[in-house]
Amino acid sequence: MSPHHPNPSSLKSRFTTRFLRALTKINAQNPISSSSPREILQRFRRIKVAADKSMAYSVRSRRTWSRAMRWKLRSRSWRQASSVRRLKITTSCHQAIMKKTAHERENKTTTGEGVGFGVQTDELRELVPGGEAMDLCNLLDETAHYIKCLTTQVQVMRKIVDFYSP
Amino acid sequence: MSSRRSRSRQSGVSRITDDQITDLVSKLQQLIPELRGRRSDKVSASKVLQETCNYIRSLHREVDDLSDRLSQLLASLDTDSDQAAIIRSLLM
Repeated sequence: MSPHHPNPSSLKSRFTTRFLRALTKINAQNPISSSSPREILQRFRRIKVAADKSMAYSVRSRRTWSRAMRWKLRSRSWRQASSVRRLKITTSCHQAIMKKTAHERENKTTTGEGVGFGVQTDELRELVPGGEAMDLCNLLDETAHYIKCLTTQVQVMRKIVDFYSP
Repeated sequence: MSSRRSRSRQSGVSRITDDQITDLVSKLQQLIPELRGRRSDKVSASKVLQETCNYIRSLHREVDDLSDRLSQLLASLDTDSDQAAIIRSLLM
């Protein structure tokens, strides 16, 4: 399944490098000796964000879901920094992205005719980042790519956990 | 089928054909481990979408679980650049 010769520009290697770098940073920020439940929870949240961030930024091609995820992560970190001015800028960027996908949104409801799976489509829209604004065709295409990246993420994280497990 | 296509040509907007959707759905089906072996005409589109949602949810849960395990593991070890290089070579 995995290639024997390294491909330095593959999604897997890009994600691995970014994620490992983030993990090292997280570990350096928190004192290793203390492992209170609160610290572990905080670390868990940071690791999860780092995993999603590494994945969203490792995607080469311009994908709507990765753009939406990046926007979400950025607006979350800027909100935490509690700078109102920055939030206004993010909102206007978001509006620009939403305007671009408005044309796609027009196609959203019109392509459901005769296909008969509206409920599952709505469910899928909630799961794929940025899915609300895509038309059905793009949604299916983005979902396929999103699943591919998610499986890579899980694969790499599993190997890291196995490596560090006693 | 032909009546649907002529309707889309009249509207002038780039309408998506049913064939395109069927192609995309079967492409999705190949990615989901549960449905991979089955013939695409035996699996309905709504089932593919339902299984896709379930699969994405299970992947999210797995990422959460792995992050949780990592956060517990990181508490007890000392990551440095050498180990990072080792892991990188293991993974590629």
